[in-house]
Amino acid sequence: MKILVPVKSVLDPDKADQVRISRESKRVDPEGLECKVNPFDEYAVETALRLLEDKGTGEMRGEVLVVSIGSEEAIQQIRWCLSMGAQQGILVKTNDEEALDATAVARILAGMVEKESPDLVLMGKQTVDDESNQTAQILAEILGWPQATFAGRIVAPPDLTSATVTREVDGGNIAVSVTFPAVISVDVRIISPDGVNNNVSPPDQPYDEGPRYASLEGIMKAKKISVTTMTPEELGVEATPLVRTLSFSLPPKRKAGIMVETVQELVLKLKEEARVI
Amino acid sequence: MDDILVVANIFDGVVKKGTHSAVTFASLMADRLNCTYAILALGADLSAQRDALAALGAEKVLIGEAPDLEPPLAERWAPIIEQVVRERGYGMVVSPSSTTAKDVLPRVAYRLGAGMASDVIGVSFEDHTLLFTRPVYAGNIDATVEIMTERKVLTVRQTEFRPFEPLENRSPVEVIAVPPPPEILDRITFESFERSVSTRPDLAEAKTVVSGGRGLKSAENFKIIEELADLLGAAVGASRAAVDAGFINSDFQVGQTGKIVSPELYIAVGISGAIQHLAGMKSSKVIVAINRDEDAPIFQLADYGLVADLFKAVPEMIDEIKKVKKK
Repeated sequence: MKILVPVKSVLDPDKADQVRISRESKRVDPEGLECKVNPFDEYAVETALRLLEDKGTGEMRGEVLVVSIGSEEAIQQIRWCLSMGAQQGILVKTNDEEALDATAVARILAGMVEKESPDLVLMGKQTVDDESNQTAQILAEILGWPQATFAGRIVAPPDLTSATVTREVDGGNIAVSVTFPAVISVDVRIISPDGVNNNVSPPDQPYDEGPRYASLEGIMKAKKISVTTMTPEELGVEATPLVRTLSFSLPPKRKAGIMVETVQELVLKLKEEARVI
Repeated sequence: MDDILVVANIFDGVVKKGTHSAVTFASLMADRLNCTYAILALGADLSAQRDALAALGAEKVLIGEAPDLEPPLAERWAPIIEQVVRERGYGMVVSPSSTTAKDVLPRVAYRLGAGMASDVIGVSFEDHTLLFTRPVYAGNIDATVEIMTERKVLTVRQTEFRPFEPLENRSPVEVIAVPPPPEILDRITFESFERSVSTRPDLAEAKTVVSGGRGLKSAENFKIIEELADLLGAAVGASRAAVDAGFINSDFQVGQTGKIVSPELYIAVGISGAIQHLAGMKSSKVIVAINRDEDAPIFQLADYGLVADLFKAVPEMIDEIKKVKKK
């Protein structure tokens, strides 16, 4: 069993309010901000590990291949995922990752699927920078595979040939069963302690909330793995974008608010000034 | 330009407000581009929704019905939408940013060879080129994008377009032939649907939202949020911290993960204001923040901020609103 997890390097999502725009180029200026693994992709790595491992024995029943598309910088994010427990990492090097839209990224990933033949692609439902929420769906369409987007829970039989995926949708949760190969995109709830049930790990050993931290052993192991670098051309993919971003700008600022001293004052303002109650 | 197709969002027999917002967007575009718009609705039985859809000013309402169209599976819906667009020559496909549209439309876009822009909040023209604005980086930055293919697929954020007011006139309704399920459906099956039950207004559509955060400290304490919400006829929301702590179900989460809301009044109680939460509510018209910590980032965004212990302030607020309402 092989699971491919695409991961994107993004600017620290907890500092999204500090992202600046260069005045001349109208592009995002990353100066002074750290890069991290897109959080939803990190959840996907965690999900892949939980699906494959027997938590009781620590045995892995397959391998996790992490693929990133971007500049050399993304190798750091691949290393992070390797130290979590992924076994293989590939960087698809592109000169201008900003120029890639979801279709171009999906095309590159489809080329990678053809080359690596994974049984499952697990990925974040969206990146926290571009937020398009399209790549998993387009990839599934290119491959002719079924998709289960916005997964909050995955239950798989021990042979890992299929899964029942609970998807978080407007108005509730919908459960679908998919036969692999498939594309699954994950939402935040997947990293809750019972987000993944592979019917192998002992139920009395629940996971901690959230993606795992790299252990010292994991970091040492990861250091020995070499990350392969290739180009879209070497994959035989023409990654022509269909959508291009012309410029970035700051949204209009809200007008400054006021602090009130008492509840009475607040309710009066809401009634008389804002007229909303 | 070729006409526009709006894909309706219908849930549990109700035409969701997001559909009306997408229709507003389509009617603005149709005026500007000198074309018309049609509405496509897919479902198991839409006899009860036809009239509501026919009141939305469309050139035509297209209805596709089959038992396996509900609940929507992308693999089932995408080829149907593609076929309608190709056969009838629509140039643009628009839907509100519902989870259904997010799931289905990227597959439709790829099948059509079209570029897609998600979560559009604005549109402009530059030298006759259509440009779309969409929020990125958790709503901290706006991106201006161009879809370079002739055919365009869009989801629009319903909070940014006033819902279309139903008209007296009725559009003609046409029932389309639904093709049989494609083979890929052998590999994906619907199992079950667990509805989130709430007697309160829908979060995404409510005029007022009262949200609670980690400051509530327990599920039990969330009752004061519900009491305030009920007094105001409001929907209840929550921050991710409150959901993660198990105070309330994830259906109520407001933020980058969760619902995007834009009510007339948003009251944030015991919410510090993480970037991911602000992304889901920053376009609300009036924002009230009640928090004990005067340095909480939520105050940067609030129109009215109150530094107070929420366990005192919220019951006081309930009493005060009752008094004011009596007058």
